[in-house]
Amino acid sequence: MMTFLKSREAMLGAAILLLLFLIASRFPAFVAPANLVRVFTDTSPLLILALGQTVVILTRCIDLSVAANLALTGMVCAMLNAAMPGLPVAAILLLAVALGAFMGALNGLLVWKLAIPSIVVTLGTMTIFRGIIFLISDGAWVNAHEMSASFTGFPRSTVLGLPVLAWFGLLVAVLVAVMIARTPLGRAFYAVGGNPHAAIYTGIDVGKTQFWAFTLSGALAGLTGYLWVARYAVAYVDIAGGFELEVVAACVIGGISIAGGAGTILGTILGALFLGIVKNALPVVDISPFWQMAISGTAIIVAVTLNVRNARAKGRIILRSAQAEGATA
Amino acid sequence: MTLTRRLFGGAAMAAALLAGGAAQAQEDPIRIALVVKALGIGFFEAAAKGAEEAAEELGNVEVIYTGPTDTTAEGQIEVINSLIAQQVDAIAVSANDTDALVPALKKAMQRGITVISWDSGVAPEGRQLHLNPSSNPLIGNMIIKMAADELPEGGKVAVLSATTTSTNQNIWIEEMNKVLGDYEGIEVVGTVYGDDLADKSYREATGLMQTYPDLDAIIAPTSVGIVAAARAVEDAGKIGEVNVTGLGLPSEMAGAIASGASKSFAIWNPIDLGYSATYLAYQLATEAAEAAPGASIPMGRMGTLTLDENAEGAMADPFVYDASNIDAFKDIF
Repeated sequence: MMTFLKSREAMLGAAILLLLFLIASRFPAFVAPANLVRVFTDTSPLLILALGQTVVILTRCIDLSVAANLALTGMVCAMLNAAMPGLPVAAILLLAVALGAFMGALNGLLVWKLAIPSIVVTLGTMTIFRGIIFLISDGAWVNAHEMSASFTGFPRSTVLGLPVLAWFGLLVAVLVAVMIARTPLGRAFYAVGGNPHAAIYTGIDVGKTQFWAFTLSGALAGLTGYLWVARYAVAYVDIAGGFELEVVAACVIGGISIAGGAGTILGTILGALFLGIVKNALPVVDISPFWQMAISGTAIIVAVTLNVRNARAKGRIILRSAQAEGATA
Repeated sequence: MTLTRRLFGGAAMAAALLAGGAAQAQEDPIRIALVVKALGIGFFEAAAKGAEEAAEELGNVEVIYTGPTDTTAEGQIEVINSLIAQQVDAIAVSANDTDALVPALKKAMQRGITVISWDSGVAPEGRQLHLNPSSNPLIGNMIIKMAADELPEGGKVAVLSATTTSTNQNIWIEEMNKVLGDYEGIEVVGTVYGDDLADKSYREATGLMQTYPDLDAIIAPTSVGIVAAARAVEDAGKIGEVNVTGLGLPSEMAGAIASGASKSFAIWNPIDLGYSATYLAYQLATEAAEAAPGASIPMGRMGTLTLDENAEGAMADPFVYDASNIDAFKDIF
């Protein structure tokens, strides 16, 4: 129990509650249940991408192409819908996930087979994906009136009091949490990131595991691509520009170690929620827009500092206790 | 030239112009090249339509609609050099670069070709006059006017801008605040910044509706912001309560007009712009008018263009698009 209270997740949870309390003192309507649902819905795309990113970061890699993947898949979905309004949303969803997974697999293959550092690979594919959007769309927008009502209506239609977009966030969170905790592949992600050499000795193929991490991240980015475009009812080259950094920030705030192998899915969820709440609260608490960016940035640095301090403290304690044991023995 | 202009009134001048036009009709038509940023862009195709309209009105004008295949200054320089070789009478250019085109255009002017820029300007030494689609004061006035027109009893409006450092938006908002006193009962409650990102603009618009539950209108003088704000109003179920207006493109705003989230918005009309540019080029090429600071040059149905000290002028108020005309424009740009 004490370890849980001291854990990063508990601290982050407390920080979120404190944040909500502070916001409520300035703008009480923010914590109304309906608004919290709205905030969660708004955070769902970030959450879904952050869950995919978490898996990649666990394997000591990073995927900077998620936002570009999202934008390309979104554009393909939007153009397809504009060309064939009769195509059912289920088919578009499947296509979005498949296309996203394909692009993720491409990243994964380059990292696996050519052993190129993932930051270089995804920096490259990020630019390539954005370029392809420009090629297929000719730089033109796909606008609301060109999309069918079912296409734009799906993420916002309500099931059991929650918009479908929010359900997707929940569903992906549960699936990834179960996958990480209960499947051999999920444990392999930790093993590969924690100690690649040891992972090889236990028979885990490091490259292949990273390949699957990228494929998963890509599939989730593809899914978000459709949801994003349908939600904002517009697709153009620059959608979600710079969003990949926000996704990485959510993971880092959630305690996922950039060095790989450490962090929990619950942490990522809380990290994404923290960022989502900050982003949604800043416009309503009447803080000058000139301060908003500084506040977002400070929140990230504080969280990361805590992260680093936590990790360091842990290391020391282990050494001390080991010494102590050695002394008594 | 100055003497004739002093001697003759406007009517006499028009008559002389028509006579001159008729005389030339028997010889060669006046060839006006409309050089655009790139071919295949709806906005410029529409401008070409306006140019053809002006050519028809003027009679003996041949419009050459041309431009590079991509929006580069190099491509435009090539096009301009070939137009010089063809010995056209006038070049009206929407420039991809303010300075890069100057040498080529200077060469054209040395050969007696009339050079004007429109939409996107060229540095003063590279053209005789520049036609701005509108002016900052006109835009600032229009965005608040559109909001106020829907609020005869007054109300609260908020501004959703691009980034805090966007020069254009900041100037327009400043100009808007200057004329705020003309619109009684209209109160601007705040300005927020969506950074021209769909998701941030959406969030800021939602925040505005929460902070000011009795908000009546959102003014977004940016094309990304206005679309996102309209979406946010639709999702909040506030269609009819909160009117989204500002600057946007008809193709992007057609959905918002259809849903009622936006009653009207404005942007320059490319047809009028092409029309006016052709008219001005014709006036200068036929020496019916001179591009000097302070000069007033007629441009047909668009009235007259008054030049400032940089030989620049503003065409008109931004053109207002609403449910009555959106369908005609949404496929153009």
